[in-house]
Formats: sequence, C-alpha cells, structure tokens
Amino acid sequence: MTSQGFLQIGIYLTALLLLVRPLGGYMARVYQDESVGLNRWFGGVEKLLYRLSGVKVDQEMRWTQYAIALLVFNFVSFLLVYGLQRFQDMLPLNPQALSAVSADSAFNTAVSFVTNTNWQGYGGETTMSDLTQMLGLAVQNFLSAASGMAVLVALIRGFVRRNTGVIGNFWVDMTRSTLYILLPLSLILALLLVGQGVVQTFNPYRAVSLLEPVSYQTPRLDTAGKAVIDAEGKPVTETVQSGQQTLAMGPAASQIAIKQLGTNGGGFFNVNSAHPYENPTPLSNFLEMLAIVLIPAALCYTFGVMIGDVRQGWAMLAAMTLVFVSLVFVAVPAEQAGNPAFTSLGVNQQASEQQSGGNMEGKDVRFGVVNSALWAVATTATSNGSVNAMHDSFTPIGGMAPMWLIELGEVIYGGVGSGLYGMIIYALIAVFLAGLMIGRTPEYLGKKIEAFEVKMSGIAILISPLMVLAGTAIAVMSDAGKASVFNSGAHGFSEVLYAFSSAGNNNGSAFAGLSANVPFYNFMLGLAMLFSRYWVMIPVLAIAGSMAAKKTVPVGPGTLSTHTPLFVMLLIGCVLMVGALTFVPALALGPIVEHLQMSSHAAMR
Amino acid sequence: MSTYLKPAAMLLLLFTLLTGVIYPALVTLLAQLLFKDQANGSLIMDQHNQPVGSALIGQAFSGPGYFWSRPSATSPYSYNAGASSGSNLGPTNPALIEAVAGRIAALKAADPDSTAAVPVDLITASGSGLDPHISVAAAEYQLRRVARVRNLAEPQVQALLKANTENRQWLVFGEPRVNVLKLNLALDQLGGR
Repeated sequence: MTSQGFLQIGIYLTALLLLVRPLGGYMARVYQDESVGLNRWFGGVEKLLYRLSGVKVDQEMRWTQYAIALLVFNFVSFLLVYGLQRFQDMLPLNPQALSAVSADSAFNTAVSFVTNTNWQGYGGETTMSDLTQMLGLAVQNFLSAASGMAVLVALIRGFVRRNTGVIGNFWVDMTRSTLYILLPLSLILALLLVGQGVVQTFNPYRAVSLLEPVSYQTPRLDTAGKAVIDAEGKPVTETVQSGQQTLAMGPAASQIAIKQLGTNGGGFFNVNSAHPYENPTPLSNFLEMLAIVLIPAALCYTFGVMIGDVRQGWAMLAAMTLVFVSLVFVAVPAEQAGNPAFTSLGVNQQASEQQSGGNMEGKDVRFGVVNSALWAVATTATSNGSVNAMHDSFTPIGGMAPMWLIELGEVIYGGVGSGLYGMIIYALIAVFLAGLMIGRTPEYLGKKIEAFEVKMSGIAILISPLMVLAGTAIAVMSDAGKASVFNSGAHGFSEVLYAFSSAGNNNGSAFAGLSANVPFYNFMLGLAMLFSRYWVMIPVLAIAGSMAAKKTVPVGPGTLSTHTPLFVMLLIGCVLMVGALTFVPALALGPIVEHLQMSSHAAMR
Repeated sequence: MSTYLKPAAMLLLLFTLLTGVIYPALVTLLAQLLFKDQANGSLIMDQHNQPVGSALIGQAFSGPGYFWSRPSATSPYSYNAGASSGSNLGPTNPALIEAVAGRIAALKAADPDSTAAVPVDLITASGSGLDPHISVAAAEYQLRRVARVRNLAEPQVQALLKANTENRQWLVFGEPRVNVLKLNLALDQLGGR
C-alpha cells in the first residue's frame, strides 16, 4: 500500500468519526421529541401528515401493535412497488417505452426494496421507467430505512423505560426519521453530488456523436424481426457501424443520495456507483462513501444519549470500527497485490504516482484500487450494497472480506437502525456468556437478561445463517441454481454463496456474474430477504416489549460494565465467533480454495 | 385491522408524494438552476454547439493515431452508454487471462518496437464499461505510437497529455488520470493525421 492510500483511508475514518457526535446528538433530539431547527419548516408538515392519516401522536403501542403496524406498512409498500413495475408500460413517465417487469422479477425487486436490501436482479437503465424508479424504488429507499430506524428507537426505549407496556408509536417514529433525518440529509447530498456531475434531469436519453465510429456484430433479422439462421444452425450476424453514443440519463442524484444515506444501495444504472453519472469524481466517491456509513455510525451516539450514558454508545462504535479497520487492511492489500497470472504476461501492476496498479479488472481509474476496496468494505460492513467496482472480479481474498462482513450479520455499522439493533442483540449474547462464566444473572443497561430475551436473541442471530447456508446448499444442488453461475469452479461457488449471503442479510451487493434474474433466484433470494428482515425485527421488538415491562436494577458490585475495552473485546469476540464458526467451512470451499489455486498456479509458471 | 390499514395506506400515499414527487422535483429544479451542465450530463460541445460526447463517459478508440481507452465489457459494442456493465470475470477465469493476452498482443501489434510492460488498467475492463479515464502510465505507454502515426514531435504530444492530466482531487482524493476523449479531441485540433 502507498502512503497516498493510507492518507485517503485516514481522512475517511477521521471525517466519519468527527460527524458521529453532531449527527448522533441531533437524531437523539429528534427521537426524544425535543425541538430541532427544522421544526419551523417541517413541524406543520408533520402535523398535517398525522391529521390526514388519522395518527394519534400520543397513543403509544405495545410491542405487538408496533410490530403489526410495521408489517402492515411494509406490506402495502410491497403491493405498490410490485404494481408499479407490473403496469409501468401503461403508466406515464416512461420515456424509453420500457415494458412491464415479469412477475418473478417484480416480486423479487419489491421485496428487495421494502426490506432495505436493494438487491437488483435487473439493469436499471434498461428495465425500470422513471415513474417506477421515483414512486416505487426511491420512496422505499426512504421508508425501508425509516422502518429500520423506528425499530431501533423502540428497542432503545425498551431499555430506558421501566414497568410499562408500551414502546412508542411506529407511525411517529417512521415519520420523524424520514422528515427530520433522511430527507434533509438527502437534499444536501443530492445537490453536492450534482455539483460533481451526477445527472438530474427528466429529459430522455441523449444521443451524441462519437469521435471514432464503432463497428460491431449483430444478429441479422428477417422482415418479421426474427434472427436469421444459416445452414449450420447458427444465427447469421452482420457488421453494423454506429457513429453515435446514447447517453442514459435520468433523475439520478436525488435517488443516489438516499440510496447511500439509507443503506439501501439500489443504483439508478446497472453498474450502480461505478457509473460515471452516479459517481463521477473522487470527491463524489468520498461523499457517497461517507454517506454509506454516516447514519449507522452516528446512531451509536444517539443510542448513548437516549439511554443516558454515552459511553455505551462509544463502546458499540469502537467495536464496529475495530472490525471495520481490520477488514479494510485485508481487502486493500489483497487488491493492491494484483493478479499473479497477469504478471507472467508482462503486465505492470506496481502502484506508483503514474498508476494505481493492482487488480484493475472491474475497477474504474478515477477510484483506483484503494477507493474501490475501501468502498467494498464500507458497503458490506453496512447493509448498503451499492458498488463502485465489480466484486465478482476482486481477488479471492479481496472478495472474501466483503462477503464475510455481510455474513457477520450486518452489525459492523450495519443498516440504518438494523445494524445497531443487531449489535445490541450481540451485546445481550455477550453479557449472557459473561454471566454464565461468573455465575450471575446477566444484566445489560440496568435490565436483567432472562430466558425470553436470550431465546429471542438466538432466533435473531440464527435466522440469517440458516437462510444463507440452506439457500446456498439448495442452489448448488439444483440444476436451476447451477445454470446461472458465470465463472466456473470455486469462484462459481463463491457467486452463489455471495448471493445468498447478500439476500440473507439484506445487503444487496452481488458477485454480479451470477444471472440472478431468473425465476429460481428471484424466488429463493426474495424469501431469504423477507425472512432475514422480519425474523430479526420481530424478535427485536419482542425484546423491546419485555425490557420495557421490567424494572431497572441498580448497578451493583457484580454488574459487568458494558462500556469498557474488556467488554468491547468480548462483544467483538461474540460477533466474530458466530461469524467464523458458521461460515468458515463454506468460505473454505469458495474464496479460500480459489486463493490457493491462484497462488499455486502463479508459482508453477 | 383498519386501525393499522388507514395510517399505513395514507402515510404511504403522502410519503410517496413527498419523497417520490416533491423531493426529486425540488432537487431537479435546484440542480438545473445551480449546476445546469452537470445535471444534464457534462456534455462537451464543438464549435457548432453540437455535443461530441460527455466529459464523464468514455468512448472506444481503435485507430493507432488516437489514445485508446480501457477495454469495456458493455454489449453489443464497447462503451455502450445505454447499458453499462462490467465483465464480472473472476481472477482465475481462463477467459480473463485469454482476453488480457489478446489485448496485450493488440497493443504490441500497433507499436511493435515497444518493450515496456503494459500498465494494468490498459488491458483490464473497467467496472462501469464507460470509464472515461486511463492512468497516466497507460497514456505515456501509448504516447510514442500516437506521435509516430500522427507525425508529431513527442514533446508536443507530451504537452497535450500534461494539459489533459487530472491530478488527485484536492491533491488527496482518487488517482491521477487522463481523460481519453478530451485528449483525443485536443489531438484532432492539433491536426497531423
């Protein structure tokens, strides 16, 4: 790694950590219904929203009511996104006259956006009309993120309150998350991005002339529009010359801002944030990368403020950041080392002031190796899933780091809201384990952790490994699953494992060689996304309800402090142990085998 | 159930209006006011005010008198800006090694005297398939060929190259790079073909 690489990573982490406190404090004020500067602007809108939809602000919910409200809201959202896709050919704002999306793909995409996964089986610019992108996908970018934040806030209230049955009002938490946090931040980021060159227009695609015309082969069509077949049964091709390039455009900036801030990740274009119109400059890349981790990191501080002990929040953030930084220094050097097979062909992969060097397949020059690998770690540590480089073309170890971060359950920052509530679940497991060791009833934040909470935590932690490993096993044993694999051998297995890891933890990134837009994967991955989202959320809300009903126990000499470096290490240990024990066997069959193949192949030359 | 259904449906409707219509409309309005060029694709205009490309979207070049862009995996032709795509070839895929060997051969065939090692970005497909840049090393690798074919002095081309090199943004972010389309447009202005 070069000193420039270290510098860029250092600036990134510093900027991130500096923003945690101001934003985290602001969000705490929003959720505690204290006055924030934006009340003046949005206070009236907020009241109007409640009045029109019949929400009674001070009517709080029990955990079951909270869960039902969340599920109903997400279900009507699903219906809307599904319907928009199925009827987009008959609806307005479809300048490219794109046809309706197939049922299985529309199901997958609707689930994907409602669950904050944003797995994309389709190519944006060739599939979705402007209307679908705006009213369907972009809206869910806000609302699925707000749903996650609401569940986190409910869980925090569970720890703060005592002897009560209620944990807040879902409609209010969701509305305030959107109105006071996601919308204003998105507006600012969208404009900053347009300034860098991200497109934002409702004009149709633009044709421009090429400096040097291109010629290419295309199947010859007969008058009926069918491909002509020659005597040997192969399609006849003809050479076509084109002097024009069609530039796909659209209202991208507004969608990209929220896709990064809301840990959504679904791009406007097929190649997501690698597309120069989504991510045109190194600065836009820096801003987007910052936006990916910003809210999940800042929520740690919000948590600390709300429970009245900011040290607890910092401890969470410290655990997350330590794992994050370690994985950055696995992925970046692996990518910088390049592909040994190229070296023997006489390729210069050495980093210098003239070139970034390293494994540049699937990466763009303006980002180079460092910003591509750093992005890969950030987007998978969080449940964002947007990509600025093709993970499928990463080196085996460089690609394993992001895959394993997803498999850790999206708790290293994780999704907005969902990352921290996932980490709090791990904290419960950690105090439970510590309690077993010292023989005392475990406590966390002044609440006794009993059998019910541990069982719920168990469900929340085990559902995603089940989805990932069972899903992968079914896929690699069935012909339908194997037919979609693009790269052969160990790498092909990695493609399938990555797909189920991504869907089974609501990340959304992919080893995109896998042809996932087929009924088998649309259905299987759709199920994985559904289960792993709601079978974590529901147990978390159950814990929130049971915590709120308990009394607070005072800190005693036997209480394990949960803000110390010792506890941070214990927490990291729990996360890594579950992640390693569950997934190392599967990883050994994919990236690890491929790494050994790659290095032994190079050694033989 | 209607205690849940009504707020769910109404809030979805209202937020669709707010985040799906008003928000993108507001961003579009402000973007078109503040950053008109960028919001509409950063087009490069010729002297007749006709667009000859975008500063952000690469184009394919195969003539020896032009600097070549990076390989692109878009179909059916390279640099199809209507369907962005990477190759998604894994690092051990024989198809990748074969493609790279072919690209090296094409570069050597266009400049047989060159003995330098080929910079990696010049023989690997970009993530977007639309990468407008090559590394400085990849530009310098091609400099002699371009100068020879165009009958230009190497320092003359070198000066153009320097003028079209973008440094790290704010001296820190990203990598130094050369915009291939801009460089080739500048070359054509210079003439000498």
